Formats: sequence, C-alpha cells, structure tokens
Amino acid sequence: MTTSETQGEVLHVDSSTLDSPLVRVKVKRSLIGKVWYVFRKYPVLPTFVLSMLILAAVIGPTVAPYERDIGVIGDRHLGLFESSKLPIEKQDAPKYGLWPAGFHLLGTDHIGRDEFTRVLHGARVSMQVVLVSLVVGMFIGVSLGVISGYYGGLIDEVITRIVDVWYALPFLMVALIVVLIFGRGLTVLLFVLALVAWAGFVRVIRAQILVLKQMDYVAAARVNGASDFRIMFKHLLPGILNTAIVVGTLNSSGLILAESVLSFVGAGIQPPTPAWGVMTNEGRDYLSIAAHQVLVPSAAIFLVVVSLNFLGDWLRDRLDPRLRQID
Amino acid sequence: MANFLARRFLSSLISVIGATMAIFILIQFHSDPRQLFVPDSGYGISEEQWIALGDRMGLNDPLWKQYVTWMGRTLRGDLGVSLARDRAVTDLIKGKIGATVQLAVGGWIFAIALGIPMGVLAAVKRGTFWDYVGRGVAIVGQAAPPFVTALVAIWIFAVWLNWLPAGGRSPDFNWKEYILPCMALGWGAAASLMRLTRSSMLEVLDSEYIRLARAKGVAWNWVIYKHALRNALIAPVTSALLVFSGWLNGALVVEIVFSWPGIGYDALYRAVNDNDFPLLLGTVFIFILIYLVFATLADIAYTLIDPRVRLGNSAD
Repeated sequence: MTTSETQGEVLHVDSSTLDSPLVRVKVKRSLIGKVWYVFRKYPVLPTFVLSMLILAAVIGPTVAPYERDIGVIGDRHLGLFESSKLPIEKQDAPKYGLWPAGFHLLGTDHIGRDEFTRVLHGARVSMQVVLVSLVVGMFIGVSLGVISGYYGGLIDEVITRIVDVWYALPFLMVALIVVLIFGRGLTVLLFVLALVAWAGFVRVIRAQILVLKQMDYVAAARVNGASDFRIMFKHLLPGILNTAIVVGTLNSSGLILAESVLSFVGAGIQPPTPAWGVMTNEGRDYLSIAAHQVLVPSAAIFLVVVSLNFLGDWLRDRLDPRLRQID
Repeated sequence: MANFLARRFLSSLISVIGATMAIFILIQFHSDPRQLFVPDSGYGISEEQWIALGDRMGLNDPLWKQYVTWMGRTLRGDLGVSLARDRAVTDLIKGKIGATVQLAVGGWIFAIALGIPMGVLAAVKRGTFWDYVGRGVAIVGQAAPPFVTALVAIWIFAVWLNWLPAGGRSPDFNWKEYILPCMALGWGAAASLMRLTRSSMLEVLDSEYIRLARAKGVAWNWVIYKHALRNALIAPVTSALLVFSGWLNGALVVEIVFSWPGIGYDALYRAVNDNDFPLLLGTVFIFILIYLVFATLADIAYTLIDPRVRLGNSAD
C-alpha cells in the first residue's frame, strides 16, 4: 500500500545522491502536506482519543460537574448543550461554581442524570476492566504459549487442543454461563474478560517460540547449564515481547467491545454504575424521544475502539510486520 | 480427502466432548437444580420428595455417570426435559431455531452482497472515492458493537425515516421485519469480508500473471473477473463460512435488541436466567455442532477453490 502512496510525494531527487547505493530521497512539502504527512505516518488522532480516555479515567470522576447517580426527574431527557428549565432552587446543582448552573453538556438521561458526568465515570470503568483483564489474560496466554512452544510434544498437543476447543465456543455463551454460575459482579466480569483475552496470545506466541528456540544462543544457554525456566523467561521471553504488545493492543479493542456487549445484555457491570454498555441499554427504550441517550455512550465506545484498532495496526506495522498475515 | 475428514471428525469430537464436559463441571458449582422446585422458604417439600426428585433427575449418580447418561441420550436425539417449562428441549429448540437460521442466512447474504463487491471495487479503484467509502464501511463495521449498529439502524430507519418496523417478528412472513436485524447482524461481517477481499485482490492484481494477461491484450474487465477474482476469493470464502460461528454471539445481541424470538434470546438467554440446565446444555451442544459443521465446510471449500492447499496441514 505504501509504495504507490509515497511515489506520489517524490518531488525532488538530488542527482548527486543517485550514485550512492543508498538513495536518500528528499521530499518537499507544503505546510498542509507536512501536517498530512505526520497524520498519515503517526497515529495522531488515535493517540489523542486514547489520551483523552486515560485523562477521563484518571481525573474524570473528580472533575465531573454533577453527582454520578443522582438526577432531578424534572430535568429528564434534556438534549445536547441544553440547560435545565426548572427554577434554580429545584435544579441539580453542579459540584463547583465554575460550571454554569443547570447546564448539561451532553444532556440528561431518563431520570435526569447528567450524561457527561456518567460518560466520564464510564471511561474509568472501561479502563479498569480492560487493564486488569488484559494483564491477566496476557500473563496466562503468553505463559501457555511459551510453555507449549518450548516443550512441544504432549504438553503442546494438550494446550493447542484446549485453545481449539476454546475457539469453538461463542464467547457470549461462555460468559453468560459463567455469570449464571458465579453471580454478577465486577470480579466475575474481569474473570470472564480474562478468559476472552488469553487464547489470542497462545497460538501467535507459540509459533514464534518454535522459531526462536532453534537459535544458537538458546543452545549456548543450554550448554551453559541454564534451566528450562531460565531459558524460557530470561532468553526467549524478550524475543516475543513485541509480538505480545502488538497482540495485546489489538486484543484490547475486542475487550472493550466484549465488556460493552456484556454490560448491555445485563451480564456485566450492573446499574447504576455507568458503564457505556449499561448506559446504551438504559437509553434504548427512549430512542424515539431522546436518541442522544443511546448515541452518546455508543459514540464513546466507537471512538475508543476505532482508536485502539488504528494504534494496534500501527504498532503491528512498526514492531512486528509479520503478524499482518494473521488476520 | 478421506484422511483429512477423519482427522477433522476426530478433533471435532474432542471439541464437543471437551466443551460439554466443561459446562457439565461448571454447572456443579451452581446451586442444586432441585431448588427450582422448592419455594424460597424451603417449605412444602419433604426429605423423601427431595431424594426422589434427585433420583428422577439423575442427580444422585456420580458426575461422570451423569455425563455419560446425558451423552447417550443426546446421541439418540433426546436432549432431556426443560426444568423451567416442562417441555422437551428438542421441541423448544426446534421451535426457535427457524427464526435464528432465517436471521443468520439473511445477515450472511447481506454481508456477502455488500462485502465482496465493495472489496473488489475498492481494490480495482484503489485510492479513489470508492476505496475510501469501502474503508469507511470497514472501520465502522469493525469498531461498532452489534447493539450499537442495531440501535443506530433502528434510530435512522424506524424512528427517523419511519420506513421499517423497529423489531419483532410476526407469524406471517413480512420482509420488512427482516431488513434491520439482518443488516445489524451482517454489518460487522461485511466489514471484515470487505477488508479481506480488498487486500487479497490487491495482492493478486499485483502478480505476474495478471501483468501477463494484460500484456497479451486481455480486456481489463475480463482480467478482473476471470483471472483475479477467482484467486482473490479464497480467503474471503473461507472467512465467510467461518463467520457463522461468530454470529452466534452477534445473533444473541441482535435478537435481544429486536425482540427476535430465536434460539439465542428465547433458549440460551432464558435458560441462563431460569437456571434451566438441560436447556442450557442442549443449546450449547447445538451451537458447537453448528460451529464445527461450518468450520469443516470452510476447510473443504478452501480445497475446492484452491487445489494447492494440502488438507493434511490445515489442522496445524
């Protein structure tokens, strides 16, 4: 894809450099061209969206203008940028004076709670869920991948079969069953999402280990008397770290989607905690009178997932282009 | 081919046994299914009745025996009796599966009809307006969860334009009711099909034999359809068949949003909520069966389209 796109940008080639084996092409660009070039080359917008997400997750709940779970029923279903129409003493008062009284940036929901506040809180929920389940899933997936690739034989066969069986199950079904058995709650949700995350690592890591373990330096380490454990985690692990990071980033968008779907179905985060999936589900009965109640949290999910996808693709092209063949 | 099918069958068998066994074990962690027959206070059932109930449901046997009994009955086509509704599980599933299959097939047709032509168009007219439209569709399809696509579709076509009904499925066939659910279900698959078709089409168009065909003067359209498309379709066709498995996830959400009386909503979701474990196991069994059939079909289709693929290796 990149060859023809860069060809169009070659405007000026210094003839003196053409003799050298390494031709350095100097490209002249206008200001807009420069900005466009940076936007194409680096994931500027995704990084921006994700920094906003992290910012919202870290300080959002503190700076949010209203109470998370308390609303004024008379103010229900205000639209975007709308202010309360109630007399001032009956309004929900902002938590600090700087915020214009009764002003709701993203409107209110069906019981008058401020959507902006709830979206900010939802960012924290999403971040927590994804970070924890990704780290746990990554730990399990990478360990199993390394062990399976390193030892081979029966262990490898068993682990690969387990991953195969796992892929044969629709995850939502598994999640519902787990939730049915262990009850609804944050811990169970994190457990379910870690279950979603681990399998994606195993095959990729295993394939890489199969290549890496043939290397001379591994043989040298073994000759030196290094234990299996040391070879796996001291000598092989650094070699697959890039892959793990790329797969992790690509998986994290899937985790956000999974979390939102579970919360939407009622098996994930429970109301009144404002996960974005919960907010969408609460709004779906009011689609005809207050569509923003669905569209605001949906847009939040969508933006974050798009950004993670772009960032993941970019990281993959940068760190580990071979992974391209996988999807 | 026979060898491949045998291996495939064996690994499918392992998958089915592994998955149902896992669920069997998981269910043991949950409260006794006999609780369903007892009022909350525990009043109204005697010790003898409790044990008799356990005997009737086979709960007093050891776990492995319960599993073997269940498997034996299942192989004879009997999935047991639903606890919550006192009807045969096979009847319950049979009554619902039609609606889900209709939904899945509709979504599938939508995905193929949108995804593959879009992908070809985006590859042939690369870098133009059409390419960007295609990529936009792909980005939206991959990043929007099915409930968001479904709700936005309802918002646009049912609430705003008022063209189509917002949900439900009447006993008589009404094509209007199918459009939105199928679209919501097929959208994500259309996006991934489109991406796959585009990239494999680009790869093929860049190859030597296409250049040769062009050089000897074959018309461009003929090159695209006869030389390029057939080779480029390998990956999308495989994926189009595999997509069915992922839909069991999507179908559940779409069925909930559109109040669609299918197996996902009416059997699985309610089985979970009612703690109805024969129904749950039956549904899981059917789901896995459907998945494995399509995974095998995908592998076979793969070899029919591309004879270079050696079947023996596909399992690794």
